[in-house]
Amino acid sequence: MTGGASADTALDRAFDVPGRSLWADARRRLVGNKAAVIGMAVLACVTLTAILAPLLSPYPYDATDYGLISCAPDWWPGSGAMCRAGGEHWFGTDAVGRDLFVRVLYGARVSLAVGLVASLVSLILGVGYGALAGFVGPRLDELMMRFVDVLYSLPYIFLVIVLMVIFNRNFYLMFVAIGAVEWLTMARIVRGETLSIRQKEFIEAARAAGVGPFSTILRHIVPNVVSPVVVYVTLTVPNVILAESFLSFLGLGIQEPLTSWGVLISQGADQMESAPWLLMFPTLFMAATLFSFNFIGDGLRDALDPKDR
Amino acid sequence: MAHTSERDRLSPAPLFQVRGLDVRFATPDGEIHAVRNAWLDVKESECLGIVGESGSGKSQLFLASIGLLAANGRAAGSVRIRGEEILGAPERVLNRLRGSKIGMVFQDPLTSLTPHMMIGTQLVEALRTHQHVSETEARRRSIELLELVRIPDSRRRMRQYPHELSGGMRQRAMIAMAVLCAPDILIADEPTTALDVTVQAQLFEILRDLKRELKTSIILISHDMSIIAGLADRVAIMRDGCVVETGPTDGIYYRPQHPYTKSLLQAVPRIDREPGARKPRAVSAPPILEVKDLEVGFPVSPDSYPFSRRKSLRAVDGVSFEVSEGETLGIVGESGCGKSTLARAVSQLLPARGGCIVWRGQDLARIGNNDIRKLRNEIQIVFQDPLASLDPRRTVGQSIAEPLFSLARGLSHSEIEGRVRETMARVGLEPAWINRYPHEFSGGQNQRVGIARAIIVRPRLLICDEAVSALDVSIQAQVIDLILSLQSELRIALIFISHDLSVVRRVADRVLVLYLGRVVESGDADAIYRDPRHPYTRALLDAVPVPDPDAERARPRALLNGDLPSALDTRASLAFLKSRMIDDSDAQQYRPRLLKVAPGHFVAEFDGMSEPLAGSQATCAVA
Repeated sequence: MTGGASADTALDRAFDVPGRSLWADARRRLVGNKAAVIGMAVLACVTLTAILAPLLSPYPYDATDYGLISCAPDWWPGSGAMCRAGGEHWFGTDAVGRDLFVRVLYGARVSLAVGLVASLVSLILGVGYGALAGFVGPRLDELMMRFVDVLYSLPYIFLVIVLMVIFNRNFYLMFVAIGAVEWLTMARIVRGETLSIRQKEFIEAARAAGVGPFSTILRHIVPNVVSPVVVYVTLTVPNVILAESFLSFLGLGIQEPLTSWGVLISQGADQMESAPWLLMFPTLFMAATLFSFNFIGDGLRDALDPKDR
Repeated sequence: MAHTSERDRLSPAPLFQVRGLDVRFATPDGEIHAVRNAWLDVKESECLGIVGESGSGKSQLFLASIGLLAANGRAAGSVRIRGEEILGAPERVLNRLRGSKIGMVFQDPLTSLTPHMMIGTQLVEALRTHQHVSETEARRRSIELLELVRIPDSRRRMRQYPHELSGGMRQRAMIAMAVLCAPDILIADEPTTALDVTVQAQLFEILRDLKRELKTSIILISHDMSIIAGLADRVAIMRDGCVVETGPTDGIYYRPQHPYTKSLLQAVPRIDREPGARKPRAVSAPPILEVKDLEVGFPVSPDSYPFSRRKSLRAVDGVSFEVSEGETLGIVGESGCGKSTLARAVSQLLPARGGCIVWRGQDLARIGNNDIRKLRNEIQIVFQDPLASLDPRRTVGQSIAEPLFSLARGLSHSEIEGRVRETMARVGLEPAWINRYPHEFSGGQNQRVGIARAIIVRPRLLICDEAVSALDVSIQAQVIDLILSLQSELRIALIFISHDLSVVRRVADRVLVLYLGRVVESGDADAIYRDPRHPYTRALLDAVPVPDPDAERARPRALLNGDLPSALDTRASLAFLKSRMIDDSDAQQYRPRLLKVAPGHFVAEFDGMSEPLAGSQATCAVA
C-alpha cells in the first residue's frame, strides 16, 4: 500500500482529491431548505431596492408637496381617504406630503445598516471576548464573565438614554449603543462553546504540535464556534432592527428628515385611523425582513448542526 | 453457502427467527444497504454470538429486529419471536414485546438509564407496568434481581441514581432491567466494550449465570471474537451487511470456512501466544528518557459546597521508569489508573507536581519556553480517538502540517507540502487525499493521519495513548504493524499505552503495570506475561479473553470482584497490602516498595508475597 502510493505521487499531484468540507455540506443542506431560500430571496430584494433607492424613486426622500397631505395611493380600495396621491406616488404620501415609497426605501437603508453594523460590532466584540475568556483559564474567565454580568444587569434603554443625553442624539452613537448591548449574549455563547471545544483532543494535539495559545484560538477555536455564532448573528440582526425601531419610536433614534422603519411606523401609528397605509407599508417591509432573517437563521442552524434537529 | 444449510435446519419453529431481513437507509448521499438478506435463528436457552467489524450492519440487524430503526431506515423480510411477527407491528404490540419477551442491553448504560430516576424506581416502575404486581412485590423482585446480577449492597443501590454508579455497576443494573420481566430473549449489543477487562469478565459471568439459571436465550453482538468465545453456542459472522458464516461455536473457531472468518481470527491479538518474530531488543543503548518518582495531581472538591476543602487526586503517584532509543515500553492498567495522565505529563501537556522527567540529560522541570518547542520536536503523541484528535474544520493536510508550521520554522510552503505528501505516503495514505477532511475518512485512516502528524517532525520518542483502542481488530493489526515498522525504520523510542493487554504483548519489550497511579509490576514483557507475580497483574491477565472456546469455558472465576476503589481514598492503593493499611480514608498510608524478584523484574509489595531477592528497592529500579 505504502509503496504503491509513493510511486504514484507524481501522478496524483495533478489529481488531488478535492475535500468536501463541513461548510460545503452545510451549504448544500441550506440550499435544500425552502424557507431559508425564500428568506434569502426576499432579503436580497429588500437590500437591493434599498441600495438602488435613489435610482428607483422619482422623488427625493425629503421633498414635500403641501398639495398632497396624507393622500392614499390611487389603487387604495377604501373610500375614507381624503385625497388620492396620483400615479407617481405608489404608496401614497405622508403628513407633510412626502412620497411614502421613497421614504420606506430610505428607511430600509438606515434600518438594515444599523442592523448589520451593530451585529458586526457585537460579533467582533463578542467572539473575541468570549473565545479569550473561555480559553485563558478559570481565573481570568471568572473576572471577564462577571464584568459581562454587570453590564447585563444595567437596563439597556436607560444606558442608551444616558449615552444620548451625554453625547447628544447622534446617528453613529446608536450603532455603538445597540452593539454594546448585543455583544454580551454573543460573548456568553462563544465562551460556553469555547469551554467545550477546549476539552477536545484536537486542542491538546495542537499544543503537542507546539501551537501557541493565540494561534490555537484563531486556528482551532474560532472556526469551530462559527456555527452557533453565525446562527446567532442572523437572529441578532432583527433584534437590532427592532431595538432601533423602539428607540426611534421613543424619539431617541434617527432625526428628520432622515428616516428609518421605526420612525415611519411610529408616525404611521399616529394616523392609523385616518391613513392606515402609512402604518401598513413600513410594517410590511419590516415584517418581511425580520421573517427572512429568522428563516435564514433557522435554516442555518439546521444546516450547521444536522444532528440537533 | 451458509444460508442454505441454515434454511434446512429450520424445521421446528425456533424461539426467535430472522428471515431474509433487509435494512436500507436513505441518506443525502444515496441509499445505504446496511443489512442484506440475513437469516438467523435462536433456540430456547441458546446463546447466539454475532461478530462483525464496525459498519458490518450487526447493530442495525438487531435494531431492525426489535423495531427501533432510525427514522430514515426501512426494513424488509420477517422477524418473529415465538411465531409473532415483529417487523411492521404497531407500536403498542412492540412495546409489549420489548417489555415482556425481549430484553435489551446497549453499549452505553448511562444513556439507557433515565438520569433523574433512582435505579429502584426505574426497576419497580417497569415491573408494575408490564406485570401489574404490587409495589412491595415489585420492590422485592427488584432487589432479588440486583442480587442476581451481583450488585453488592443492593438495598442501598435501589436508592441511587445512575450517575452514582460506576460503568460496570450501571451495566449490571441495565442487565437487571433487561431481564426484569423474565424475557425469552436478551439482546446485548456490545455490552462490555466501554468497560475494563476485569469488569468485562465479571459481566460475562453474570450473563452465563442468567443463561444457566433463567434459561434466557441471549443474542450477543460484539466486534471481538475473543469475548463471545466462552458464552456463545453458535456464532454468526457479519461483513458488509451479509451474514458470511454461521455455525456452532467450535466449528467457527477451530474450523473456519469463510476466508473473512479466518482473517478475523488471525487479526485478533492473542495474549496466550508468543508474539511472532519480534525484533531483538536494543539493550545496550543508554536511556533517553528517565522518569523518577513522577507525581501528577488534580485538585478536586469531593463535596460541592462552595467553600469546601479541596482534596488532591493523585492521578500519578511516584512512578519511575526509563526508555532507551528504539525500545518499546508498554504501559497497561485499567481506566483511572493514571496511564493517560502519565503520557500527558511526559509530553509536557500537564505539569508534574513532584519527581522529575529527564529527557536526554535535561531536567524538563527546569526548561524554558524556547526549549519546550525543541522538545515538542522530539516527543510526539498519538491520541486515542482518531476523529476527536483532528480539527473537523481543517483538511488532513493542514492537520499533518501543523507541527511543521509551528516547530520547524523557515520552511517554505512547497517544502512543507512535500513533507506532508511524503509522510502521508509513508503511513499508507494516498497523498492525493491531502485536501480531504477527517469526516470523509474511516477511523483507521484518521488514526494514520494522527500518526503522520506525530512523525512528520521526526520525533525520537512517540507516545501512543490508546492509539489503537478505538479501531476494529483488522484495522488495529494494520495500524500496529505501521507503528512498529515506523519505529524500526526511524529508530524511535515508543511508549505504548493501552488497557488491552493482548495488544501490548504484541508490541512491548518491557511492560509497566499501573494500579491507581502506582507501578505494581514492571519488567520484560516476556517475564510479565509468562510469570506475573503481583495479584493484580495476574487478575488482569486472567481476565483477558482469548478466541478459543475451550479455553474460555474452562476459565476460572474472576479473581477481582467489584469496582476499582476511589482514587481519593488513600486506602485504595493498599488494596493488595491490607496488612499495612491504616483504616482512615484521609491518613497518610504506607507506600509499598518495589522489590526485585528477578533481574529487571520488579513487583510492588503485597500480602503473602514470598521472600524477594535481597537488598533491592524501588529507587534502584531506575537509578
